[in-house]
Amino acid sequence: MIEISTAEDKEYVCISVGGEVDASSSIQLDATIQNAVSDGFKKIMIDCSGLNYISSAGLGVFMSYIQELEIKEINMVIFGLQDKVFHVFQILGLDQLLKIVDDEKSAKGLLNVI
Amino acid sequence: MLSNKSIVRLSIAFGIIFWTLLLLTNLSILFDQKNNASLGIPQFLPHAFLILFILSVGVYYRYSIGKAESINFIDLLWRVFVTGLLTTIVSLSIKFFFYVFGGSMLTKNILLINFFYLVNLGLILAFLISTFIVWKRLILYQKSKKLLRTWQFFEYFLFLSLAFEFSGYKLFDVPFNTVILLLVGIGLILSVNLKWVAYLNFKQKWKSILFLLLVIIYLWYFFMSLVGYSNESVLITDLLNNVFVLAVFAFIFIYSVFSVLVILFNLPTSSVFESKLEEVINFQRLSQTIPTGQKEEQVFEILLDSAVSAVFADAAWLEVTDAKAGKQELLVRNLNPDLIDKIKEAAQNSTLKRILNSELERNPSSQKLTATLKKVPFKSILVYPIIVKNEQIGTLALLKEVDDSFNKEMIDIINTYVNQASISIENFRLLNEALENERYKEELKIASRVQKSLLPQTLDKNHDYNITAFSMAADEVGGDYYDTFRINDNKVALIIADVSGKGTSAAFHMSQMKGIFHSLAQLDLEPKEFMVQANSALSRCLEKTSFITASYFIIDTKSKIVRFTRAGHCPTLYLDGRTRETSFFKNKGLGLGILRNSSFEDYVQVNEFYYKPEDVFVLYTDGITEATNQNQEEFGYDRLRTSLLKHANLSPDKIKDGIIDDLYDFCGKRSLDDDYTMLIVKFTGHENVKSVESVKTKK
Repeated sequence: MIEISTAEDKEYVCISVGGEVDASSSIQLDATIQNAVSDGFKKIMIDCSGLNYISSAGLGVFMSYIQELEIKEINMVIFGLQDKVFHVFQILGLDQLLKIVDDEKSAKGLLNVI
Repeated sequence: MLSNKSIVRLSIAFGIIFWTLLLLTNLSILFDQKNNASLGIPQFLPHAFLILFILSVGVYYRYSIGKAESINFIDLLWRVFVTGLLTTIVSLSIKFFFYVFGGSMLTKNILLINFFYLVNLGLILAFLISTFIVWKRLILYQKSKKLLRTWQFFEYFLFLSLAFEFSGYKLFDVPFNTVILLLVGIGLILSVNLKWVAYLNFKQKWKSILFLLLVIIYLWYFFMSLVGYSNESVLITDLLNNVFVLAVFAFIFIYSVFSVLVILFNLPTSSVFESKLEEVINFQRLSQTIPTGQKEEQVFEILLDSAVSAVFADAAWLEVTDAKAGKQELLVRNLNPDLIDKIKEAAQNSTLKRILNSELERNPSSQKLTATLKKVPFKSILVYPIIVKNEQIGTLALLKEVDDSFNKEMIDIINTYVNQASISIENFRLLNEALENERYKEELKIASRVQKSLLPQTLDKNHDYNITAFSMAADEVGGDYYDTFRINDNKVALIIADVSGKGTSAAFHMSQMKGIFHSLAQLDLEPKEFMVQANSALSRCLEKTSFITASYFIIDTKSKIVRFTRAGHCPTLYLDGRTRETSFFKNKGLGLGILRNSSFEDYVQVNEFYYKPEDVFVLYTDGITEATNQNQEEFGYDRLRTSLLKHANLSPDKIKDGIIDDLYDFCGKRSLDDDYTMLIVKFTGHENVKSVESVKTKK
């Protein structure tokens, strides 16, 4: 089961992802990020503190945005990853391409929002 | 027990024997009387033979006339008619004979007259008894227990009345008449059973009347000719003195008259009964499931025809929309298709419109309605939607030239027809879906077989090391891949790869990976160059959200060096054979297809190590480490390490089996939710061990 909620601010949007992201639920995650991008947000925070498991299909969603975000100059920061989940990002090498920080504070700092 | 056929044959034989004996005794008695001679023939013998003859004929017809069914009423009557005709012809020829030889001595000969009388008697009895049996069949068509009992009583009574022959009572004697009256009374009661008449159609009714009238004429003629013989000649065996014969005469006559009258009165209503019967038959046709290989259209054709005939519609159409195929079909009866749009419009604008949907199923998109029409050649319309699985698949419209002509009964029958057609179509579709699914399963089986053949049957081994593999897909097909390729005498390339996701799409990418591995490995590329090229190739063919993780090894048995890269794949587990220390090769790397441009090469790192005998390395996919037990705990790296240490002294095959068993024990089941693959490489080289310069990193 995946739980996704979105909180919008003037400057940024924060997407909270909880539960498990597998092949079927990754479609929801994809749609949510796609919405944020098409809404024109330049700053996206992804709160993964409730995320227990991510499958390769879920990683594929994050991966597929790397180049698009670069082109559109959108800043996306992922924070709150559990060790186990972060390890999965790490093995695949995504930690080298995505901005991953420990907590919300550092994420906001990185995005230059209060 | 005797078979039906032999009973019939025996009864014919006995009939002929008894008739001949009857004839002989009759003639001898006559001869005695005439010549005052005494041959000593007892008086009761002719009576006895008559009774035996009657019984034989009775048995014959009992077994040769089949049960009455609604389809053979006319056949039964026809049979009676033919028997009667035959008897009449013989009887008339005898009359003709007497007429021709009117004056001669021959016609005065009492023996000859008796002979002819007995011929007549035999035939008339055959006619009477066969008709009696046919009447029995007709009366007992749709029998009840009470009716059956009455009939049995009647039959036993008749049987007993045969014995009356010996009493010597003659016609008009009181006991004789009492018995006859009693029998006729029961016959009257039985004669009201005429249910078979209802099953005749209009034409059959007319035929029956004709046959029955002829039967009445025969009866009259036969009776008169018997009376004629009785009055004119001396007869030893006079049928008119036989209670049985007279009672049967009367019964057959009464039932014939009743039947004629009832059929006559039923003639005007037979069309109603026929149409009801037709409704039932149409309903049956609709409810028969469509045989495979045929089309739904047939159901629609039957529905349309049945509906038209059930409500006597002057015209009709049936529209069928096939949403999947995106086409519309139109069936029409007695109608120009160009008129349909006009009629539809007239129906929508009609001021006298009645919606028939019940409150519960009120669905504005599929209305059942009747309406009165204006400005079109038809005055009234009945529209019925055809709904299968809550989806309207078509519309039936029936038209009549008279206004307000669809009554409740008609609407009910159309409702039943449409519902039944819907069920038939739904069943047909379900059956087709089931067949389709069966076909998909077969296709998947083939895919699974093809994919298994993509994995190598044998792996390139060497005197320096041994290698074994295990792979299992969660679905029919999977996205895990491993392979080896011998570059030259010393070098072997080894790969393990895992496509993101699972199932069919993963399987396709897996086969692409195989192609890439085989084309690049033979070029003897550096591990880093291999990954860069593979990434470039995959970037052009992978789906947007798909990637492949891989580890690529080149084992060089000359220099005893293994060079490898890791493209986002699970870190290889390595066991030092001497120190029993284990480590995961967590060198940097990035999955293939994640960065689809030249910057990928910045993320590739090549490592190398010298191997020594008894070293083991384990390649695996994340299906193994991420396999969970009931408590959602993952098998993980530590359990993998422990398991390897436990089995490390064994052969690669045994190590593999040991680890897989540990994995299954942990999960508590023998199938996992993801594809999982494992390769064990164990070095066996006996040459001098080079320095323990284990892992050298090289950017």
